Amino acid sequence: MDALDVARWQFGVTTVYHFLFVPLTIGLSVLVAILQTMWHRTGNERYLKLTKFYGKLFLINFAMGVVTGIVQEFQFGMNWSDYSRFVGDIFGAPLAIEALVAFFLESTFIGLWIFGWDRLPKRLHLAAIWAAAIGTNLSAYFILAANSFMQNPVGFRINPESGRAELTDFVAVLTNKVALVTFPHTLAGAFLVAGSLMVTVGLWHVMRNRDSADTGAYRFATKLGSWVVLISSALVVLTGDIQGKIMTEVQPMKMAAAEGLYTTESPASFSVLTVGSLDGSRELFAIKIPYLLSFLGTGDPNGTVQGINDLQAQYASQYGPGNYAPIIPVTYWSFRFMIAFGLAAAAIALLVLWSQRKGRTPTSKWLLRAGLVMPVLPLLANSFGWIFTEMGRQPWIVFGEMLTRDGVSRSVSLTEVLTSFTAFTLIYAVLAVVEFKLLVRYARAGVPDVTPDDDTDDTDDAERPLAFAY
Amino acid sequence: MELTTVWFLLVAVLFTGYFILEGFDFGVGMLLPVLGRDDRQRRVLINTIGPVWDGNEVWLITAGGAMFAAFPEWYATLFSGFYLPLLLILLALIARGVAFEYRHKRPEAAWKRRWDQAIFWGSAIPAVLWGVAFANIFRGVPLDADHEYVGGLVDLLNPYALLGGLTTLGLFLTHGAVFLALKTTGDIRERAGALAVKLGVGTAVAAVAFLSWTLTIRSSAAAVVFAVGAALALLGGLAAAKVRREGWAFTGTAVAIALAVATLFAALFPNVMPSTLDAAGTLTATNAASTPYTLKIMTWVAVVFTPIVLAYQGWTYWVFRRRIGVQNIPQH
Repeated sequence: MDALDVARWQFGVTTVYHFLFVPLTIGLSVLVAILQTMWHRTGNERYLKLTKFYGKLFLINFAMGVVTGIVQEFQFGMNWSDYSRFVGDIFGAPLAIEALVAFFLESTFIGLWIFGWDRLPKRLHLAAIWAAAIGTNLSAYFILAANSFMQNPVGFRINPESGRAELTDFVAVLTNKVALVTFPHTLAGAFLVAGSLMVTVGLWHVMRNRDSADTGAYRFATKLGSWVVLISSALVVLTGDIQGKIMTEVQPMKMAAAEGLYTTESPASFSVLTVGSLDGSRELFAIKIPYLLSFLGTGDPNGTVQGINDLQAQYASQYGPGNYAPIIPVTYWSFRFMIAFGLAAAAIALLVLWSQRKGRTPTSKWLLRAGLVMPVLPLLANSFGWIFTEMGRQPWIVFGEMLTRDGVSRSVSLTEVLTSFTAFTLIYAVLAVVEFKLLVRYARAGVPDVTPDDDTDDTDDAERPLAFAY
Repeated sequence: MELTTVWFLLVAVLFTGYFILEGFDFGVGMLLPVLGRDDRQRRVLINTIGPVWDGNEVWLITAGGAMFAAFPEWYATLFSGFYLPLLLILLALIARGVAFEYRHKRPEAAWKRRWDQAIFWGSAIPAVLWGVAFANIFRGVPLDADHEYVGGLVDLLNPYALLGGLTTLGLFLTHGAVFLALKTTGDIRERAGALAVKLGVGTAVAAVAFLSWTLTIRSSAAAVVFAVGAALALLGGLAAAKVRREGWAFTGTAVAIALAVATLFAALFPNVMPSTLDAAGTLTATNAASTPYTLKIMTWVAVVFTPIVLAYQGWTYWVFRRRIGVQNIPQH
């Protein structure tokens, strides 16, 4: 074990952890904004209750996303300083723009929304949650543009004197085809999580508190969440399909690694699962769907998909001796887990909708259990998606331009990085437990009572309690 | 003006904004156990910064991002070189940020006490370490010809840097107390105002000592003017606090922080991180900078968006301009 390994583990752990909170922030900000808009339009108190209820869950989650996000920005410099030196001319810009354009918008208007219930006119208060939601979604675009440069570097040249990458076309970086398709894929994945959480909490109340006056509200939330899950899962599949084709073109090794395909095939089949080793030597048992990998990768059922061995030979002659294949079992299984967990969430959403058809109240214990695990499924799908895309790029940190091992900070010792890795893991573990318990507590508590607008309140403004206080 | 100079100024402005804004957030956090005698009072303190602390912290993220985009070498050397202090700052900011949001989520006293500690230490640690870090940036650290930091943790804990940490600690405490006097009513307002004066006197001594030492390390005409201005602004702010002109007192401490940061940056220019070893290791606004093309794009983005951000953030402060007191804290 050396400093490089620990730095990689730390980046993996802190990034996957950060991205447990990001999808909920992205998705729920918009869903809460939609609920508040419905209240604004209809005046129906049910939507106000749901806005406040899901808004609370949103904020418990939001805090974690914010604080774990700062680590991400610092980590490039702290642990990957040679990477930062190499790509800073290109990579820093989207990060700075993300902060200036998106994070300020998000954080400022979240503050206005949380504390502004009685300080802002209704319409402005509604605009505040939309501004925060837009900021959140915009931030995803800039960080994905930065990540896409690592997958498919464009709009740059290598300065022969300094050996560093230099920006030549910023529009090309922002319109990188990998970024353009990863953005909707990531957003759809985020809505899959947010919709699932909405279903879980709503369904639990529908089934547990049957006689509650708020059952109508919970039923509505359950249905809205289910539809969000179904629509976003369709979008995930659609954008994922386009991604597969782009990946075959710009990172063929990653596509080969997704299947564990060692020799070039046309047509290539897709294995649903494989028992045995994935090193290409022996395969005990596999369920294969003919033509599917060719179709996923090229759009043509008979298309050619390059194998790992051929790509390895090609890269070795192009970049010099070395191993250019990622860890195949990791890419193979993370790819399948991503798909399976995502589809499972969609299937449960379908069951939930079916169980509530024509005003029925679901009673099945199994449905409730499935509903309770539901948000975990797309969260796992998101995590495995990131593990796949980042591990599938290895050994590169910037595909074809810089190896991961060359990007690590030379001045950071093994002791230092072990210290930070341990510290982050511990504090993150504690906070995960705290956050989860709070979410459960507030999810169980149910929708709050809302007091109707009281304009006749003539107490002095300076004496009146705040509508919300920490 | 060269674009590298523009970005040197912008990075300086972003850190200045960060220290002014999160400076009083840190001050409020550190004064929590001092001025908040019971839960209701502590909630008053926290709620003075409740709506704005998150937006204030984005100044740091933007400053870091701007440094990365405009001076990648500076960003890379600084963040990897100051590894352990930055780790501590990150852990502090994590605990503190979550604490604001979670503290009121459960009624148990033990729960609140734990988060209060997170807020206190999460404010105190960065308040000291930012001073230590910036004093070291200014003083210079051992950098080899590849701009890699070759010192250890002890190199960062020199007397000058520790005095820098003491200075930021004092400035943020005073600034926070003045802010609380400006934003609260009743008993807390009285005690915050009185405490600000007491804290301010000690801080003024530390600040004058630190800035004088700074100017003996390296100096420029502008730096001297800024240093004198910082001392005068701090004293003016204290005088205003004494006669309970809280708006002026806050202006005084804010200007004092701004000019103290400006002193460091003005005396530092055109270097951004001097090396104490090899002159070739010194990072300057030129050799640490991105290409002119990147700087040009970033300049346009900054020109368009900075005024917008300032406008809506300023408006937020206007929306929440009202003073609060224990009578405004709801039961839940």
